[in-house]
Amino acid sequence: MTNEYSNFKATLAIAKASFRSIVRSPSSVVFTLLFPLIFILVFGFISGGGVISVDVGVAKTNDTLNPVYQALRKVSVVKLIHDQTPEQMQANLQKGSIDAIINIQKNTVAPYFTANIEYSKASGDKENILKSALNNIFYQLNAHIPNAPPPVAEIKESTISGREYKTIDFILPGQLGFALLSTGVFGTAFVFLSLRITLVIKRFFATPVKRYSIVIGEAIARISFALIGALFIILIGRFAFGFTLVHGVVTVLNMLLLSLIGVVVFMGFGFVVSGIAKNESTVPPIANMITLPQFLLSGTFFSINVFPAWLQPISRALPLTYLNDALRKVAFEGASLMDVSHQILVMLIWGVVIYTVAVKTFKWE
Amino acid sequence: MAKQPIITVKNLVKNYGDFNAVKGISFEVYEGEIFGLLGPNGAGKTTTLEIIETLRSKTSGEITVDGFNIDTDAASIKKRIGVQLQAAGYYPNLNLSELIELFSGLYGIQRSPLEMLAKVALTDKAKAKYKELSGGQKQRFSIATTLINNPRIVFLDEPTTGLDPQARRNLWDLIREIRDQGTTVVITTHYMDEAEVLCDRVAFVDGGNIIGVDTPDHFIDQLVASGFERPKEVKLASLEDVFINMTGKEWRAE
Repeated sequence: MTNEYSNFKATLAIAKASFRSIVRSPSSVVFTLLFPLIFILVFGFISGGGVISVDVGVAKTNDTLNPVYQALRKVSVVKLIHDQTPEQMQANLQKGSIDAIINIQKNTVAPYFTANIEYSKASGDKENILKSALNNIFYQLNAHIPNAPPPVAEIKESTISGREYKTIDFILPGQLGFALLSTGVFGTAFVFLSLRITLVIKRFFATPVKRYSIVIGEAIARISFALIGALFIILIGRFAFGFTLVHGVVTVLNMLLLSLIGVVVFMGFGFVVSGIAKNESTVPPIANMITLPQFLLSGTFFSINVFPAWLQPISRALPLTYLNDALRKVAFEGASLMDVSHQILVMLIWGVVIYTVAVKTFKWE
Repeated sequence: MAKQPIITVKNLVKNYGDFNAVKGISFEVYEGEIFGLLGPNGAGKTTTLEIIETLRSKTSGEITVDGFNIDTDAASIKKRIGVQLQAAGYYPNLNLSELIELFSGLYGIQRSPLEMLAKVALTDKAKAKYKELSGGQKQRFSIATTLINNPRIVFLDEPTTGLDPQARRNLWDLIREIRDQGTTVVITTHYMDEAEVLCDRVAFVDGGNIIGVDTPDHFIDQLVASGFERPKEVKLASLEDVFINMTGKEWRAE
């Protein structure tokens, strides 16, 4: 166009105005920050600080000086319990409120230590966690004894020797993903609908501003806000709940990049909703049709593996599933963005589809 | 006043499907005047205005604004005009200063918000939100946003509708000030008393046609010359004069 007029300045002016407006709008702050934090808090406390632990009762006759017991004390997932009578222990084992009873005896001939362990079916797969921990200890002890027979093949130390998988490591990425979905869909839909209805956009059109400046300016503001929110959630998770960030700052940056892809895709849904909705009261029902199934089916609160087989294909079709999955892999497993390229690709495909629809449904006036 | 046309409208037609909202109207607005478009609701005033403002497409006709053709140079026209829409809202959650800053950005220029607000006597409301303003303050603020780009022409669509007599008179003073600083003003209104005291020339629009363009005085003289007489003898003051006289003319804390 012409000489001195700057679309860039106009875009920035809109971004600045929009950002101010978002920060002052209670609903966007609630959706982006408060809800996820409340969920993280609730789930963090429900499961005892977010740490998986195996409660092991120690029998009175247990030899507490032996190296097996000493090693077991150092395994942080294993919580040893001494202050119960044998009867209480038996009863609690049956209920599953303790997961095993251990009684280690010293022998004069090899094997020098015998660990008698009683498990309970009530405590499910915690039995395996304890088994792995013990296998790990036995393996190390056996290795230190000269002329010991080579360790048997049953030892699979990889199962437990990794990082602790805490509840927060599952909950936080899910909440982050859902916060991005909410702010992307609801925020975008409400803003463009209300700007259209209150003729703010029409008034803008009487100035030299370009349409793309309006869209880009709004997008810059919303994305900035969403990413600041994401960073805030990650930092709270890290410092208040010990959320695992395998590669530290790099992991945070990767998570933010995934968040960026996510929120851009979700904003596409928002544009579509703002085009379809006739007025502000029709936004929530339409937007909920998009967000609620993903809230429930995309592994926000629990792994999609627990769903019945017929439901899983639906879960695997939703974009939030892939964002959550990628966030978890990056944060907990230390995956690189290349490792989650499949998830990114699915999100990008969703992006192309939804923006194609958005271009057709979006209304300026 | 040099009668240099700044807006030329020739045979403007606007159809919405089968409905002919504007049926081939032509008129000129001269530089530096307050020009009134008068007529009942649905006469096509707002449609005509929005076409000139580049906000609406026309079906046919030719329009030139400050030397620029509306078909080929809409962008140049947007930079030279200030537009106040009927019932337009403003960006939510921002105060008046921030809104002025936003509009400055949209025009790609730098204006001091306080200076702009001072022009419409709203400096004390700089931190207020638009929706917290009274009717008169809202209209004054809207006019402030039209002046940000130092426009050659401002368009005001029913700026005084719903205002009390004081607020209305204050707005007249403001509009005259804008004209006196060399800006052409195009205004629509339903109030003939307003057009009579404010407008240099008026056009009557009815059913999508212009049925007359002239100065208010000339229209009145013509009617009187044709033998028209008011049924009631005209008094030297109106009830509005009484109202203003009793309640005071100063800007009220609305």
